[in-house]
Amino acid sequence: MRIPMTEYLDIDLDTEMWRCRRCDADIAPARDDYKTGTLVYDRDPTEIHRPLIDADRYEFTFAPDPSWCRILEFSCPGCGTMLETEYLPPGHPPTHDLEIDVDALRAQWSGWQGPVPLTLGRDVQVTDHLHTH
Amino acid sequence: MTTVYETSAADQARVDRFLAEATMFLGPDPEIMRDHKSAPRTPAEEELMAREWDANELDRVRKRIVSGLDEAYEMMAQTGAAPGAKWGDLTSAVYSAGGDLVHISTGGVLAFASVLHYPVRFINKYWIGDPSVGVHDGDAFIHNDARYGNIHNTDQSIILPVFYEDELIAWVATVVHEGENGAKEPGGMPSSSESAFDDGLRMSPFKIIEKGELRRDLLTFLQNSVREPALQYQDLKVKYYAAQRIKERVVGLIDEVGRDAFLVSLRRSLEDVEAEARRRISAIPDGTYRVNYFGDGTLRENVMLKYPCAITIRGDDMTIDWRGSAPQFLNRAFNANLGSAKCGMNQGILGFLWPDLPRGISIMNSIEVLTHPGSCVDPSDEAPVGQSLQSIFKTFGIVQALFPKMTFSCPEKFGSIIAPWFNQINTFLFGGVNQHGQFLGNVCADLNGMGGGARAYRDGEPAMAPFFAAMADLGEQEIIEEDVPFLQLISKRIKRDNQAFGKYRGGMGYEIAVAAKGTPMWGFATVSSGSKFPAVPGLFGGYGCPTIPLAKIKGTNVFETLRERPELFEFDYERLMNERPFPDAHYSTHHLGMGFELAAEGEMYMICQGSGGGYGDVLERDPAAVVADVEAGYLSVGQAENVYRVVFDSETLAVDEEATAAARADEREARRRRSRPYAEFVADWVTDEPPANVPYYGSWGPDNERIWATVWGAKGPVRLAAPMAELPPLLLPDPREIEVLTLRAELEAARAQLQGGGE
Ligand SMILES: [Zn+2]
Ligand SMILES: [Zn+2]
Repeated sequence: MRIPMTEYLDIDLDTEMWRCRRCDADIAPARDDYKTGTLVYDRDPTEIHRPLIDADRYEFTFAPDPSWCRILEFSCPGCGTMLETEYLPPGHPPTHDLEIDVDALRAQWSGWQGPVPLTLGRDVQVTDHLHTH
Repeated sequence: MTTVYETSAADQARVDRFLAEATMFLGPDPEIMRDHKSAPRTPAEEELMAREWDANELDRVRKRIVSGLDEAYEMMAQTGAAPGAKWGDLTSAVYSAGGDLVHISTGGVLAFASVLHYPVRFINKYWIGDPSVGVHDGDAFIHNDARYGNIHNTDQSIILPVFYEDELIAWVATVVHEGENGAKEPGGMPSSSESAFDDGLRMSPFKIIEKGELRRDLLTFLQNSVREPALQYQDLKVKYYAAQRIKERVVGLIDEVGRDAFLVSLRRSLEDVEAEARRRISAIPDGTYRVNYFGDGTLRENVMLKYPCAITIRGDDMTIDWRGSAPQFLNRAFNANLGSAKCGMNQGILGFLWPDLPRGISIMNSIEVLTHPGSCVDPSDEAPVGQSLQSIFKTFGIVQALFPKMTFSCPEKFGSIIAPWFNQINTFLFGGVNQHGQFLGNVCADLNGMGGGARAYRDGEPAMAPFFAAMADLGEQEIIEEDVPFLQLISKRIKRDNQAFGKYRGGMGYEIAVAAKGTPMWGFATVSSGSKFPAVPGLFGGYGCPTIPLAKIKGTNVFETLRERPELFEFDYERLMNERPFPDAHYSTHHLGMGFELAAEGEMYMICQGSGGGYGDVLERDPAAVVADVEAGYLSVGQAENVYRVVFDSETLAVDEEATAAARADEREARRRRSRPYAEFVADWVTDEPPANVPYYGSWGPDNERIWATVWGAKGPVRLAAPMAELPPLLLPDPREIEVLTLRAELEAARAQLQGGGE
């Protein structure tokens, strides 16, 4: 049984692995930080949020200060999908954002019959959610 | 074994009376101020609840109470003088006699639901039995000091006891964001506040109306303490009459349904909401969810402030841990009292996680909040809190960022899977003498134009609503200009590329350019951050919002240009700053914490509203949606290609689907090439301490017990790391003093060079 945990990751309760919902690649053990199984890139934020006003003339330009802010881009080693981004000051350890109690998750879903649903909002349910890409 | 000594009620009363009389100062009471939960049943409630009740009948009572609150809300919105009243920055409330807030109005600022009980509990604890004060039918109390409750000091409340057949049966209150409160700067949210005494009026709860009679002596004192004496009086009446109306509705309702049904309905509302909140928490997977986010300024200078958040779910309990947050600064305005910081969290819950639940205090009964006393989210009573919204908006932002991660798997949803809403205060505060000769001090409603976060199934809405009030309004600019002596020369124009990119992009923010006209004295202030480090992140691979600068065009009168050479003017922030069309003007950009600054006629100040966070991988964005944004002027061709990797004809906007698919496949490949496996990456990336060039405050990494801070002493700045309780008091030097010192050093060096050259 695969439980969708984010837009791009689910936890496979049978193998106890984080898996990519786009390419099925195993990412990391479900009891660990999924980020440990990702590829990471230290992105200069001015490449994404480009200066909109003349950076030679002005101190503040709509672009983040790259000496204060970096964007860590975590992508899937299988398909290159961007699983998560994290805005951090340079050198700050990445955050273990999802620490899931896998036993409790298993217990929660133990009685579930039929396909695992995916609800994105109060009136928004996606029935065939896997491999939508 | 311990012996338990029984104290008789009479003895206890004597002891209490002695202690009360011997207390020199009734400051904020930690026993009240640290308790965000509703009280357990009283014996009388216990007895009433044991009887049989018809749930439908009780629900009808509940709806009647809320409709009375909505009526009061409408009254205040229609008759209130403060701009905040017109835009929905207000609420009305009904409490139990014990001071548990049970309901607030449907519209308005939801976060009030978690902070209005504190002043009522203070009145119950200290004034009700005090012969010099007392609580009687016809009395009304006024309050604004956030250290005694409510969100921040610009919000003033009127609190009325409701008696039924001589029994204190409930409390009602009305609250409006009044703006002006006599603080150091006009408008009530002073970003340059350097001590709690710069924060303006600090009204602990006191009686302003006694048995139906307004105390003119106290009113006069209050009017003398603020810049807008007429506003102070007018809105006091507005709030009082609206509260009076709620009281009439409550008494009429009790006449109809009976005292007992009324009391049981209040109690049931509290208990049902808690039970439902617990049921919903149980459905969230057990575990710990974390985010580390950062503010980039104190409003006076750029420093980095950490706001960590770890939410742990165990069964039906939720623990929200903010330990590791930046320490309080004793001469900066961004600190938020613990109760205020919790209201940011509550706003996240009421607005985004469970927007359908009735809004009362007991929603938080299942939640524990952990802080370090002495941090900026749990400061001491001496800390200034004039612009506490800085920290309150962050406590909102960090919990809202986690909700979609916590609930993604839940089959039952109450809100949406949504990226962070924009959550900074991008607007102008203003003050001075208007075209009618009146002194004004307040804030532009553009605060309410925040961009919404992208959802898992659609783009965020541009300039949608403030995260704290879904039904707030922006006002009509032309009508506003009848009262204020400045024009918005650029108004509500979506700023191109001010976009949080993603599979679904965030709702975008607009440009605002203001210039004063026809006034003997006028000035502006800004009280925001996020010009070096983006104010909100993205979600599930989406990006955050861009940073936003304050721009000034000074030394010129734009109205003269508009009259004489109108062709020079551009309704475009970016082009005005890049093309510099006014020959003699001085152009500059700044961070968003501009203390009140006098503006000459026709000098321009420009900012932008921010955008909500983006959702998902940019390479999954529908190419048609990308070019639709280009066509609408929301996105530049350059960014459509650079970020979204869409290949299209920039003239016809026709997308080349095949080339786009190929470009995106290439980019996915390029990501894998340039990225490194996590373990290898962090070995290089992680440092033992913050970068040397960044004045950094808060924990570094997961160890939230060690707080980093740059402390200014006689010998200048020194960085240290220590447990919060061991940090020395933090006071930052005046940035202008630092500028003077820097310039003086440069001058001396230049002089020395000149003299050296002369030898
Ligand atoms: Zn994949
Ligand atoms: Zn307010």
